[in-house]
Amino acid sequence: MRHRSAVFPTMLTNNEFDYLRNHLEREPTPTELDIVSAQWSEHCSYKSSKKYIRLLPTNGPRVITGLGYDAGLLDVGDGYVITVHIESHNHPSAIEPYGGAATGVGGIIRDIMSMGTRPIAILDALRFAPINGETKTSRKSKWLFKNVVRGIADYGNCLGVPTVAGEVEFDPCFEDYCLVDIASIGVGRREQIIANKVDNDDLVILAGGSTGRDGIHGSSFASAILQGENRSAVQIPDPFLEKLLLEATVEAIQQQCVKAIKDVGGGGLSCCLSEVSDNLKKGLDIELTKVHLKHKNMSPAEIMISESQERMLYITDSLKLENLMSIFDKYELTYSLIGKVKKDREVVMRYGGKVIAAFPSHILAHAPLLDREIKEPGYIHELEKSFDIRQEIDNLDEVLLSMLSNPSIANKRWVYHQYDHEVGLRTVVKPGCGDASVVRIGNGKFISVKLDGNSKHCYLDPYQGTLGCLSEACRNVICTGAQPIGIIDHLQFASPEDPRIFWTFVQAVNAITDYCKYMNIPVVGGKVSFYNETPKGAIKPSPVIGSLGLIEKESWIMEPSLKPDDSIFIIGFTSDELGGSEYYEYYHGITGGNVPKVEFIVDKINSKAVLQLITTGLVDCVHDCSKGGLAIALSEMAIAGDIGLNVKLGLIPNFCSRLDNLVFSESQSRFIIGTRQPIKARKLLSKFKGLSFAQIGRVTKSDKNIKFINKKNRTIVDIPVHKLRQRSNALERMMSS
Amino acid sequence: MQSSPNCGKVPKIGIVVFPGSNCDRDVHYVLNNILKAQADLIWYTKNKISYYDAIVIPGGFSYGDRLRAGLIAAHSPIMGEVKRMAKDGIPVLGICNGFQILVESCLLPGALMMNNSLNFVCRWTTVRVHNNKTPFTIKFLKYQKLSIPVAHGEGRYVADDEVLEDLEKKNQIVMRYVNDDPNGSMNLIAAICNQEGNVMGMMPHPERASETILSPTKSSCTAILIFHSLLSYLLKKL
Repeated sequence: MRHRSAVFPTMLTNNEFDYLRNHLEREPTPTELDIVSAQWSEHCSYKSSKKYIRLLPTNGPRVITGLGYDAGLLDVGDGYVITVHIESHNHPSAIEPYGGAATGVGGIIRDIMSMGTRPIAILDALRFAPINGETKTSRKSKWLFKNVVRGIADYGNCLGVPTVAGEVEFDPCFEDYCLVDIASIGVGRREQIIANKVDNDDLVILAGGSTGRDGIHGSSFASAILQGENRSAVQIPDPFLEKLLLEATVEAIQQQCVKAIKDVGGGGLSCCLSEVSDNLKKGLDIELTKVHLKHKNMSPAEIMISESQERMLYITDSLKLENLMSIFDKYELTYSLIGKVKKDREVVMRYGGKVIAAFPSHILAHAPLLDREIKEPGYIHELEKSFDIRQEIDNLDEVLLSMLSNPSIANKRWVYHQYDHEVGLRTVVKPGCGDASVVRIGNGKFISVKLDGNSKHCYLDPYQGTLGCLSEACRNVICTGAQPIGIIDHLQFASPEDPRIFWTFVQAVNAITDYCKYMNIPVVGGKVSFYNETPKGAIKPSPVIGSLGLIEKESWIMEPSLKPDDSIFIIGFTSDELGGSEYYEYYHGITGGNVPKVEFIVDKINSKAVLQLITTGLVDCVHDCSKGGLAIALSEMAIAGDIGLNVKLGLIPNFCSRLDNLVFSESQSRFIIGTRQPIKARKLLSKFKGLSFAQIGRVTKSDKNIKFINKKNRTIVDIPVHKLRQRSNALERMMSS
Repeated sequence: MQSSPNCGKVPKIGIVVFPGSNCDRDVHYVLNNILKAQADLIWYTKNKISYYDAIVIPGGFSYGDRLRAGLIAAHSPIMGEVKRMAKDGIPVLGICNGFQILVESCLLPGALMMNNSLNFVCRWTTVRVHNNKTPFTIKFLKYQKLSIPVAHGEGRYVADDEVLEDLEKKNQIVMRYVNDDPNGSMNLIAAICNQEGNVMGMMPHPERASETILSPTKSSCTAILIFHSLLSYLLKKL
């Protein structure tokens, strides 16, 4: 049974309604019901996931904690801090890809601003159905892809925040849907971090965009399966307004005229106010008729839950008010003084003086948590069984070329050339040039950052698949010379009401907890997104992991391009782990098999060895071995260096039963390095007990081909580098046609 | 050239900031921190700017590119002041959106249209200096090549035949793309100047190519010579 509210059908269940009534000790008013049902949506309340998310390790020596901090905050030395946050905008982007993706960028940027830091980088992780072929699905997918990228580009470019890194994966489970994850990093001075300390009678100011009927119930919409095309739940982007809001906020922080800041995002004003009140342990008395509106005759409930974009809430005091107003005036921003801070922890909302809703903020901000049922899905064991795929392929040339033009593997320059990835003069390793992107911060150090996901692995084994994403994201920043200092996670699943789906969620959270505890890396930001499904079905479990690394010295920064005279080494072991690999899924069209496993101790030693090679100056280039396996990693290194190479497959430490498995297996924890000092490198690597490594080949002088030679000294791959490069530009060709 | 309070000392460069400009701080950083020059950010409502020895209009999205890139900024009062200074021979450099504003202000001829790819494009390319007599190019050799990035959606230079012919004849084409035109500009135009040479607009971003560490190949950055040229020109004048 659903309970009636003032304007909209409420999403509250009977249990939630009873909980609300018991805690209020009275009947809630219809307006209160509207507010609560927005606030207690899965999207805003984390009511299914909170119990599990709480287990994630979040502390570390660099982590700064504080009241009401939305984004993770890390000390990077010399008085500098970085903030980081990730969010998705999946439902809106699936309906209106341009606006959905653009407003996703806007939301994450405001989270970073709320901390008192200036956003310096945007990252995106995108997932779509396959775009190859000329089917209805692929055409729709292309349309989604094109417009999501354009939405991110138009918003980020206009703001002047560079989009520096990301990833794109294609999988049939995203038919008629897409996953759009946006992360952002901010940088600031430790002394300028917002203290979030307010006093009674401080003033509450809402600035930026007018509140309108756009995006009403956006969060509730995102907390249900995508069925219709509820366009009114998609917000409208205005990057120019956000840019003004950004500059005004930075100026206000520099002039110390704000005491607390909060982004008005999902769940609208009601969510924002209740969280502010709950976090700051103060009450708020708000007059809704003061809110500047986009549309006439909006009801109080509509004002409270509208998700109109580009709005920020500021708390200041009467002494600083004039200064703050003059900054808003400079940027011609509209603002309203909407209320005051009170001593009790109650949010009171008035309309023309009359109280229309009043809640203790802890009730509003904390939905009753749910105990979801958990059940392991039957498909897991069925698909795990190993099976043989056709006969072994002798000449792998065509396979490798086809794998390189696989949109999930092909180079992504069609995407990042549309993003201004250089504004701000920080982007040292640019997208497409490294395993992760590297941005410089003010203290002469560098932040390396990368997002990684793998829906194919996570479907077959959500625990090992998620470990793989963590390992890969960390490997990517390590490859650039960075020590991982923080993890962000975005957990995307279908309906948590299905116990089998919920099981996969719990597996993923367990993986993050286990990995981060073992590696001693704190989880500094995250988000959960459920109900990612359409009438066509549920998406595969799709956690996206972001890794942040710190590079202490400029000379440690590494890229994967091979240099003349390089000897090539592999670090790590290769096994028959092709379940969920691009080779099985894309080339053979098979879903199933052994997912690559992460051995914590091996992962740790391999990473440590590589970082030591880098910091002792023994390597010229480092590359992670992941999607598409060894063959793809070596091709990418040859393309980047515009140089040929010769690799003897027999030298690779492995337990593989066949050659195609060896070159395309996606076994974890593997790195490839190029060095001009092979003897010294070998000596250093030998010091690590139990480390698997081998010198497997070298760069060639005579020709510019990539060659793999088998044990019998037969050349089984021989392709000119220019041909590899041409094939790896497949995405550009597909999207331009 | 009018006298400046700094006469005989350090030239002062003004960087005009419009709502939506986003390369202002980058230009400011390069001029002050890399070249150790004196540059200030000037918010667009300021009405006295004649104090400056040169003006830079930086890149970005002034007024969110509403109506057309550069159009609204071109009609703001500060541009009246910039026009007056330009007439007095003071060097004015427009970068990217700054170029669009100079064109919309009629300080430079032609128009900048949507790229032929219909997409925003951000990548490094190569340009060649065709006129090394302007205040912004005196440190270059004629036909010197330089590596420099572009980042724009509306950067395709377009003009009618008469204007193009005039630009060629009067040596107003300062830079052209080499073999790798990112936007489909007529005659491969990357930068032009006015007849007097003191007003130049360019689509590529020299401030992004002024430090080795920011170059994708980590090779030396010759684009910084654009700012070196300007400073050395100003020093001679003062």
